[in-house]
Amino acid sequence: MDFGFTTAAYVVAAILFILSLGGLSGQESAKRAVWYGIAGMALAVAATLIGPGTGFWFLSLILIAGGGAIGYQLATKVQMTQMPELVAAMHSLVGLAAVFVGLIAHFEIGRVGGFIADGGDVKELGTFAALIAKKSGVELSILRVELFLGVFIGAVTFTGSVIAYGKLAGRVSSKAEKLPGGHMLNIAAVTIAVLSLVWYFNTGGFLPLFLMTLAALFIGYHLIMGIGGADMPVVVSMLNSYSGWAAAAIGFSLGNDLLIVVGALVGSSGAILSYIMCKAMNRSFVSVILGGFGGPVGEQMAVEGEQVAIEVDGVATMLNEADSVIIIPGYGMAVAQAQQAVSELVKKLRAQGKNVRFAIHPVAGRLPGHMNVLLAEAKVPYDIVMEMDEINDDFPSTDVAIVIGSNDIVNPAAQDDPNSPIAGMPVLECWKAKNVIVSKRGQGTGYSGIENPLFFKDNTRMLYGDAKASLDKLLPLID
Amino acid sequence: MGDAGLKIGTPKEIFDGERRVAMTPDSALQLQKLGHECIIESGAGLASGFVDEKYAEAGVEVVKTAAALWKAADVVAKVRVPDDAEMKRLREGQTLISFFSPVADEAKMQAAAKKGATVVAMEMIPRISRAQKMDALSSMANIAGYRAVIEAGNNFGRFFTGQITAAGKVPPAKVLVVGGGVAGLAAIGTSTSLGAITLAFDVRPEVAEQVESMGAQFVYLDFDEEQQDGSASGGYASVSSPEFREAQLAKFRELAPEVDIVITTALIPNREAPELWTEDMVAAMKPGSVIIDLAAEKGGNCKLTVMDEKIVTDNGVTIIGYTDFPSRMGTQASTLYATNIRHLMTDLTPEKDGVINHNMEDDVIRGATIAHASEVTFPPPKPKVAAIAAAPKKEKIKVPTPEEKRAAEIAAFKTQTKNQVTLLAVGGALLLAVGLVAPASFMQHFIVFVLSVFIGFQVIWGVAHSLHTPLMAVTNAISSIIILGALMQIGSGSLLVIVLAALSVFMCGINIFGGFLVTRRMLAMFQKS
Repeated sequence: MDFGFTTAAYVVAAILFILSLGGLSGQESAKRAVWYGIAGMALAVAATLIGPGTGFWFLSLILIAGGGAIGYQLATKVQMTQMPELVAAMHSLVGLAAVFVGLIAHFEIGRVGGFIADGGDVKELGTFAALIAKKSGVELSILRVELFLGVFIGAVTFTGSVIAYGKLAGRVSSKAEKLPGGHMLNIAAVTIAVLSLVWYFNTGGFLPLFLMTLAALFIGYHLIMGIGGADMPVVVSMLNSYSGWAAAAIGFSLGNDLLIVVGALVGSSGAILSYIMCKAMNRSFVSVILGGFGGPVGEQMAVEGEQVAIEVDGVATMLNEADSVIIIPGYGMAVAQAQQAVSELVKKLRAQGKNVRFAIHPVAGRLPGHMNVLLAEAKVPYDIVMEMDEINDDFPSTDVAIVIGSNDIVNPAAQDDPNSPIAGMPVLECWKAKNVIVSKRGQGTGYSGIENPLFFKDNTRMLYGDAKASLDKLLPLID
Repeated sequence: MGDAGLKIGTPKEIFDGERRVAMTPDSALQLQKLGHECIIESGAGLASGFVDEKYAEAGVEVVKTAAALWKAADVVAKVRVPDDAEMKRLREGQTLISFFSPVADEAKMQAAAKKGATVVAMEMIPRISRAQKMDALSSMANIAGYRAVIEAGNNFGRFFTGQITAAGKVPPAKVLVVGGGVAGLAAIGTSTSLGAITLAFDVRPEVAEQVESMGAQFVYLDFDEEQQDGSASGGYASVSSPEFREAQLAKFRELAPEVDIVITTALIPNREAPELWTEDMVAAMKPGSVIIDLAAEKGGNCKLTVMDEKIVTDNGVTIIGYTDFPSRMGTQASTLYATNIRHLMTDLTPEKDGVINHNMEDDVIRGATIAHASEVTFPPPKPKVAAIAAAPKKEKIKVPTPEEKRAAEIAAFKTQTKNQVTLLAVGGALLLAVGLVAPASFMQHFIVFVLSVFIGFQVIWGVAHSLHTPLMAVTNAISSIIILGALMQIGSGSLLVIVLAALSVFMCGINIFGGFLVTRRMLAMFQKS
């Protein structure tokens, strides 16, 4: 097969990938869109195997099948609450693959150089090697920069994702931790990487590449260690973006347009997600990545009043009398595995003809859209699950707002207190509802350590205890 | 009931026409749960509809005379300020819980302290959220507000609600409530639920929201001065500036001919009631109109008001100056007052063991106690917790005129255009700069890259927020396109290359299958209702 066919297949695959991302604009079209993605991937792999792939394609197929079997196991066994971990783990694989492919490209350059010096025939070389052999000096230099970048981004993605996985799976402390030296260590590592680039650009030796890889691995580790659990949505989407850019950089060095196209698509997708998440927290990307809360830190407004507790029977009366209910789930719901109980509650309330809806804050959970997936798993129909902007104006006309396991995203201090660390962050204005019920473990301030005046409002009642246990007690009381 | 339990006693109110009683059979049951014993003077609850038998059933000891009651009780709970005879009966170590105006009845307060009795004055309960359940002033004001509307209706010759009947059309009554405190809000609620058009005014602008939430229209003044913040005075109104007063009176003058019923509730703590409804306003009202002056006890918001009486002016306006509205609803008032007392006793008996712990460190108890341990403890120090949080200074929200809106839109469009053009210019320049240096083979790929980023940005913005997790899983799967690189290299070269490439292919395999499958699994879960 000649290159013409492969290129044509790549064009088709690229279009299929674009369609597959575009199809995610709606729940129904998304189901079709996945098939576009699968078809695109199959086409791309097949075309590569019969096209420029040289030999070993039986081995390749076996490897793909083997990987596929593991992938299948993972995908069917994973709990929906573990999605963030899975996504992070998968990012790390892409990162590592990018590092490997980059390194291979480096070895190939060396081999081709030696081969030509020995007076060998270019035609005997493999396709990629043949490509290299045709390159001029400047092009080779550019190639080095490209693969250098690919390895760098890939390495950062790899360790970053591994740490993110550890944090999300609870194997690494989710607190923001930094080694002594803090950002100075990162700066030093970046400096090493830049120096290595100059060195590598001039010599093309393996040592600078290796040094840089170590530095990049360290950056990925240290950067993500310094970011706390609540900022994970940004981290995961950022790593998503990086894995795309790594693929694009490798695409440049291999001269493969499909890799570039897909890498760019994924990269921009992750970048947009990060942007949306940052905007939803009213924080700049840089301040999230560098860890810690930014913004003015003055004296915060003192919270007055007391938290009034309520028992499940009180909640039941309130719900039985209410006509409209809005539920605001957060990460706490995922931790307590309460989504099934929530779904049951919604079913019962809706059977009574009440207007029940969900309000989802963009950064609720540990992954963009995490709450939507959990609710979908619990068979909550998606047309009653609303975004913040769609539902925020409806709170004043709502009888009961139920807050389950969320804290900062319903904190009125973001609007009222200019000195609050989350001042200016868009929040769900649930306190405007006639009654607010907050299901919470205890009286603590939660992850961010920010006092939440919502809990002290006159129309707020606190339902203490494990969310799932409380809801299970509540369910039989709803007629 | 422990043996050590204290006796809480309630005498019959002596004050003429007072129907209320400080203990009901219900509250007595609750008090006994705290470990106390209850006693009551025979006939004390009769005027409120609570007979002696009901008390006895609730386990309350009924004694014949007031003297016996005062002698037996460790704690005396009553409604009105004790008269001289009752003051004589007060003895050392006894606790008296009652309304007790410490400023007007200073002599009695001194006498009580001298005797070594403890006096808790119900009107001194601080207005903090924790103390709301014992705030008798609020519960009485609530009744007064309700009763004021009922009394007005009783003296008003028309319907409250507008009706169109076979016998003709009836316009709705127009009610103006001055003062948006507890009584004012209760009056507003009652009036709107009877169907009247209700207007309301208060000097504290933050009340507007509460007023509107009750279904009334708030009367705004055209007045620029910074209006007062009620939080400075513990939630009560204070004196306003002369200019503000003028603006307010002008507004009332404008309203006087229109309104049928005026209910004034404006009181300033420890001062004479401000005159808000002047004689010329009364003269301007329609015959048959009714004024209810809830401030009659403090001189009235209308100077024509006669305390405790109903008068009719020459132009046929009825002015009612009763001061006993809560007492006129004896059963309701007694129930609420007795509950306030019961909550106070709960705070005084923290261990629920029938032992009173008169904790003078507690803001609420300290604030309400005016005589304790043979000393006058009035006025109390400033409470540790401010009654109401200071309202954050709100910036005035200007309602933009259509021209301003248009201008803002044009400006926004201009900045948008500017941003876009700058972005394009910078991006274009950068591209050109790269093109000057880089070889053509690189530029070919670079153009593909830039276009793809562009397409990516266009496409991804359209992705539904709810599908962000599936989006991540799909992008994950397709970023494994890097497998192509590994596939192209796997056959060419040394063993090291083969091993690395094989590993890459394997990992990408996991990713591709895992990513797509998990996405399908997630999407299959999204169900429409």
